[in-house]
Amino acid sequence: MKIRLDNVIKTFDTFRAVHGVSLEIESGELVALLGPSGSGKTTILRMVAGLEYADGGHIYFGDQDATDIPVRDRGVGFVFQHYALFPHMTVAENIGFGMSVSKVKRSKAEIAARVAQLLKLVRLEGLGDRFPGQISGGQRQRVALARALAVDPKVLLLDEPFGALDANVRHDLRRWLREIHQELGITTIFVTHDQEEALDLADRVVILKEGRIVQQGTPQAVCRDPKDAFVLKFLGDANRLTGEVRGGRAMAGGAEVAAPGVADGPAEIFARPRDLDWSLQGPGVSATVTRVLDRPGERRVIASAASGEVLEFDVEPEREIAAGEAGFVTLRRAKVFALS
Amino acid sequence: MKRNVLPGLRLSLGVTLFYVGLIVLLPLAALAVKAASLGPAEYWSIVSSPRSVASYRVTVLAALAATVFNLFFGLALAWVLTRYRFPGRRLVDAMVDLPFALPTAVAGISLTALFSANGWFGSVLGQLGITVAYTPLGIMIAMCFTSLPFIVRTVQPVLEDLDPALEEAAQSLGGSDWTIFRKVILPLLSPALLAGTSLSFARSLGEFGAIIFIAGNQPMKTEITALLIFIRLEEYDYQAAAAIASVLLITAFVMLAITNWMQARALRYTVKG
Repeated sequence: MKIRLDNVIKTFDTFRAVHGVSLEIESGELVALLGPSGSGKTTILRMVAGLEYADGGHIYFGDQDATDIPVRDRGVGFVFQHYALFPHMTVAENIGFGMSVSKVKRSKAEIAARVAQLLKLVRLEGLGDRFPGQISGGQRQRVALARALAVDPKVLLLDEPFGALDANVRHDLRRWLREIHQELGITTIFVTHDQEEALDLADRVVILKEGRIVQQGTPQAVCRDPKDAFVLKFLGDANRLTGEVRGGRAMAGGAEVAAPGVADGPAEIFARPRDLDWSLQGPGVSATVTRVLDRPGERRVIASAASGEVLEFDVEPEREIAAGEAGFVTLRRAKVFALS
Repeated sequence: MKRNVLPGLRLSLGVTLFYVGLIVLLPLAALAVKAASLGPAEYWSIVSSPRSVASYRVTVLAALAATVFNLFFGLALAWVLTRYRFPGRRLVDAMVDLPFALPTAVAGISLTALFSANGWFGSVLGQLGITVAYTPLGIMIAMCFTSLPFIVRTVQPVLEDLDPALEEAAQSLGGSDWTIFRKVILPLLSPALLAGTSLSFARSLGEFGAIIFIAGNQPMKTEITALLIFIRLEEYDYQAAAAIASVLLITAFVMLAITNWMQARALRYTVKG
């Protein structure tokens, strides 16, 4: 099912949560709504579900205007951050709930067969008789997904689905959700504030800020070509230097990097921790190492530049480097935005 | 005893057990001893006398009716107070506790004045052919009044804590409002409803002050068990009073045991497995 949002607006009391958002989601696509808290991502998801009504604009499911269709008739599967499983029902009863209350009557045996099939899909065979309070968080979220899928939704909507889980479980569930999506091909939108999760999982990432879409595209497109400083910083750690662009080259305190297409004048230079390096000779930004943090795959160096900026970068694990050492931070690669 | 990090266990346990013994257990034991001083035949003839049996019947039936009424009305009141925001909500919320605060005799006198043949309600109901004062209906109304807060105050916090996402999830799965209420909300409220119901029923069984003014107190018709006990005490027949009281006591125990069992059943899902 293709979904189209046309200039959708939502206001809570006096606070405008969503400012005229337009978005198209192709049938079978897996899209992430990514943004910090207060960016309106959950509100957008809830409007698509019908759990909130839009104050303006339209939401289309295929060619049908779904803006005013109540949630129970909209045919969406919704997965909540804190699972929202019915605590007094067993796992099997939870999964079967949608079928048992449906207008389409099914026999008990039909429901049981479908529940068994869904339990297998979410790899929870044998746990059908447990209550939600008796299984782990990751298992609960899989039950919640099975319950949402049981009603054959046209669209699957997930609100921070892994937000309440441990890092390890989160990682596994992410891969697993991707597999399920591949298998079922159901149009899916999920909300997250975790950029890694969005990039890992989604076909397309929609980045939101203060109720507006800032940028959207494939993970590759948004990572390689962030539109502005907000997107760049939100997608991952970055060092910021101020400098100047002259003739397609950006210069900051002795370091120089290519800045094609950026107008001459003052500029912000952003570099990821891996795009900086340390050298005892210039040219580079003259700095002093303040701390070295050892991590399994690399050493993270924190250095303060002569100009006062704090720079963080990674070097190979074998590199000998110690706090107090003076030298130069060199720039391998950077993204330059003109300061207006 | 296992070492416990929380301080003051021995002292607080000692003090509380002492007081429970002094205030609750000792009078009950005295009651049992007094009743037991009667021979079995004598005991039985007192507790099964026609007047006693009639008083049990009117008390239990009125208490049941009042509890059922309060179950619905109390749930509705708790629902409205937690779900909706309307002007005067806090006032209504505070008023729920009035039956607790008001001396029950005062409540009894006002109810009698309202429902007597020339009272505000009584005169209207009289024209419809309904007499409330001095009938079992009056007893029921007095019981409703004094036991209402129990249901409201036990259900209200549970309703407040109910995760709205549960209802949203049920809606997204296609459940109608009635289905969601019946299959999701009501089962989650049922332990609290049971607790409130049993408290409300127990209170109604033992209520005295609010009832005696409106009941008329005709032996065999509108004489409640608590009053019969009082009458026996006035006659210095302490043994008979204790015997009849022991019936109320046993009824209360049995009922609490049953509701506890039902509550445990309703809360099966919280048991970790």
